[in-house]
Amino acid sequence: MASKKRIWIARDYLKCSGCRRCEIACSLFHENKIWPEASRIRVFMLVPGAEVPHLCVQCDDYPCVKSCPTEALSVNSATGAVQVDVEKCTACGACITACPGKIPHLHPNNKHVLICDLCSGKPECVKVCKEGKWNALSIIKRRGWNESLKAYCRNPEEITRELVINLYGEKGEELI
Amino acid sequence: MRGYAGKFLEIDLTNEKTKEITFNENTLRSFIGGRGLAAKILWDRLSKRWETIDPFGEENLLLVLTGPLTGFFPGGRVCVSGKSPQSNGVIGSTVAGEFGIDLKCAGYDGLIITGKAQQPSYISIIEKNVAIKDASHVWRKEGKETLKILTKEEREEIHRKFPRHGELKEPSVLYIGPAGENKTRVAAVMAKWSHAAGYGGYGGVMGAKNLKAIVVKGMGPLPDVADIEKVKELIAKVCKKCFKAELWRRWGTGGGGYSFGFRTSSEPVKNWQEEWHDQKSYAVDKFEQRLWLKQYWGDFGCPTTCLKIAMPKTGEFKGAITDNPDYEMQAYLGTNLGIFTPEHNVYLSTVVDDLGLCGIQVGNVLGFAAELYQRGFLTKEELGGVDLKWGNVKAFAELAKKIAMRDGIGNILAEGSYRAAITLSKLKNTNLLPYVVHEKGVAIGAHGIRSAKDFTSNISYACSVQAGDHTSIAALPADKRGEMPTIIEDSGVYCSFNTFDVDEDLTWDFFEAVTGWRITNEEWYQNSALRILQIQRALLLLGGPDHKWTTDKDDENPPRFYDPLPSGPYAGRTTNRRTFEESKREYYRDVGWSENGIPKPETLRRLGLQDVEEKLRAENILI
Repeated sequence: MASKKRIWIARDYLKCSGCRRCEIACSLFHENKIWPEASRIRVFMLVPGAEVPHLCVQCDDYPCVKSCPTEALSVNSATGAVQVDVEKCTACGACITACPGKIPHLHPNNKHVLICDLCSGKPECVKVCKEGKWNALSIIKRRGWNESLKAYCRNPEEITRELVINLYGEKGEELI
Repeated sequence: MRGYAGKFLEIDLTNEKTKEITFNENTLRSFIGGRGLAAKILWDRLSKRWETIDPFGEENLLLVLTGPLTGFFPGGRVCVSGKSPQSNGVIGSTVAGEFGIDLKCAGYDGLIITGKAQQPSYISIIEKNVAIKDASHVWRKEGKETLKILTKEEREEIHRKFPRHGELKEPSVLYIGPAGENKTRVAAVMAKWSHAAGYGGYGGVMGAKNLKAIVVKGMGPLPDVADIEKVKELIAKVCKKCFKAELWRRWGTGGGGYSFGFRTSSEPVKNWQEEWHDQKSYAVDKFEQRLWLKQYWGDFGCPTTCLKIAMPKTGEFKGAITDNPDYEMQAYLGTNLGIFTPEHNVYLSTVVDDLGLCGIQVGNVLGFAAELYQRGFLTKEELGGVDLKWGNVKAFAELAKKIAMRDGIGNILAEGSYRAAITLSKLKNTNLLPYVVHEKGVAIGAHGIRSAKDFTSNISYACSVQAGDHTSIAALPADKRGEMPTIIEDSGVYCSFNTFDVDEDLTWDFFEAVTGWRITNEEWYQNSALRILQIQRALLLLGGPDHKWTTDKDDENPPRFYDPLPSGPYAGRTTNRRTFEESKREYYRDVGWSENGIPKPETLRRLGLQDVEEKLRAENILI
């Protein structure tokens, strides 16, 4: 099902400035509003300095898609992104439970789930991150190594626990 | 109304009651939000008894206000205000972070906090669920620990309230450290670890209300705007301008610790005895190469991300974490104390952050105490065994703790350098005021005026309605530079560091795209800003209860600013008294004040401030 031109949004957490311009860009693109909790990419700051831009990793086996009882989720054949059919989605939360990283979340309007759709292959979040030369997000071609990419599918707290050690060493353990 | 959530939340801590209030469109268009609206609210509610109101008393208000541009203009901030325990007037003290964004997303433009909680408490706002909660488990805790506990607990609470939503982002938190709990006048309202609303002393106001923290989580969008397409375009435009400032982004104000000393001779060195140094050990490359863990760190929507995160990885001060330190911290917790070692500066900044002290205010009083020690007015014994020699970073850290805890000599110094000088002068039967570098009770920002090479000038502090605040300086011509342009940013509530290349047209375009109001230069400079300025000036002059300022005595630079600079390329330069007097009179004229610096009746009447005129007459300020 995957096209050879599939992209992946690589995330370099240590370079994240915490500016949250990705949230602004994403929510403006998809909602036409600035709406941090309705953004498909969200920056978690459980510990200052250890900001985690959190978004779908497009697992090869798509546990979220498999878990959907209403067939509201599907995979875009061109990009590999998970698409949400908001008409079919009942906001049941099965995909959230199925996701190893708890990455999907409900839209604050309670009506459907939110998952990164890669903006049809040209992600807005990456544009604004590149523009400011932070490069916390960048587009890479997705070839092989897919099991390792899936390993990025973890919840914000797990990621933060590791980042704080990388950043702050032993001191990091006290901070979370 | 566009750009506004439309509601303000009033929280009565005494009776544990909340209510939603609104302001009409005219009021909001005139006072905007943040600092401007704070002046208006304080005038309306407290001016009748202003001079009798103790800033640490139950009657004072704690205001936490956003502005219409908060979250839209790149670089989100929130404005904290109330009657200031430093100036006894009103200071609009802004702090960066997502608090203002979360508040607007929860449906509120601001918080008006009244009364005093019975026991240590914190306010939790999760969408429309507002609760006053017990804070005894975080009371007496330092900053990092407080933030960690509240973030964890309140995030769990958010997940309980929205059990089906999956992972939700952490709430935003404003909090105080021990310095605020102990009602020191040098305490800040803190955010994240090192972000501080420092000027004004509102950490102590929060402590006096038994309020440890305010936690807010909004799930909604920022409010609807007048023209979203235009807003997108303007965000891009402002960001593009900011991206051009490469070194500014790279260094932030962190390049200042060396250059404001070496190049412009305007950096406090040893309590302003000098303003020049040539300590390359303190140049920005040392911070960058040895200490910065993050080169670019910022807050909501910021293209500049001028903050850093610094931590020594080895040695005695290993594990001390702070951001930047920015220029003000490099100066006040560095050069002003004879400290020229970046690791020492990071360590002291960390201590000060954790205690919830304002680095500028406490750095000023620490420098004052060290000069008294240098001159033999204070002994080691009187300092509780602290050997307060210039550069002795551990001694300064120890004294900072005593100040935050009001322990021993710390109890006197916790009043800030001006009030401490008065007390110590009495105790010592000596005039110690010549060693204080303050403006109307507010420690002066780390930008001296004697060399005339910095962005400040002879009247910057003396004529400012925010006194020592270097982010709101008086300047000539008053309608192009100085406080009135600053009031736009403090009232729209966004970061002035993203406005360097943003002209008035672009600013008003932004206001129009968000609010739908086309504000003209005339409306702003001749009316709105001038009105806000008059109210702040009137409340500053009303002052009390412990000190009242008089314009002839107190619209004045500190004595030290008339000593010649002793060293550096501008040695010998100082502030010229005659020129100062001339600039001052010109400024008075520009902003509609009399020869004596009192708002003129005709100015007040033209601005519809007859009540201000009446009050100033009643108090014999206007005769």
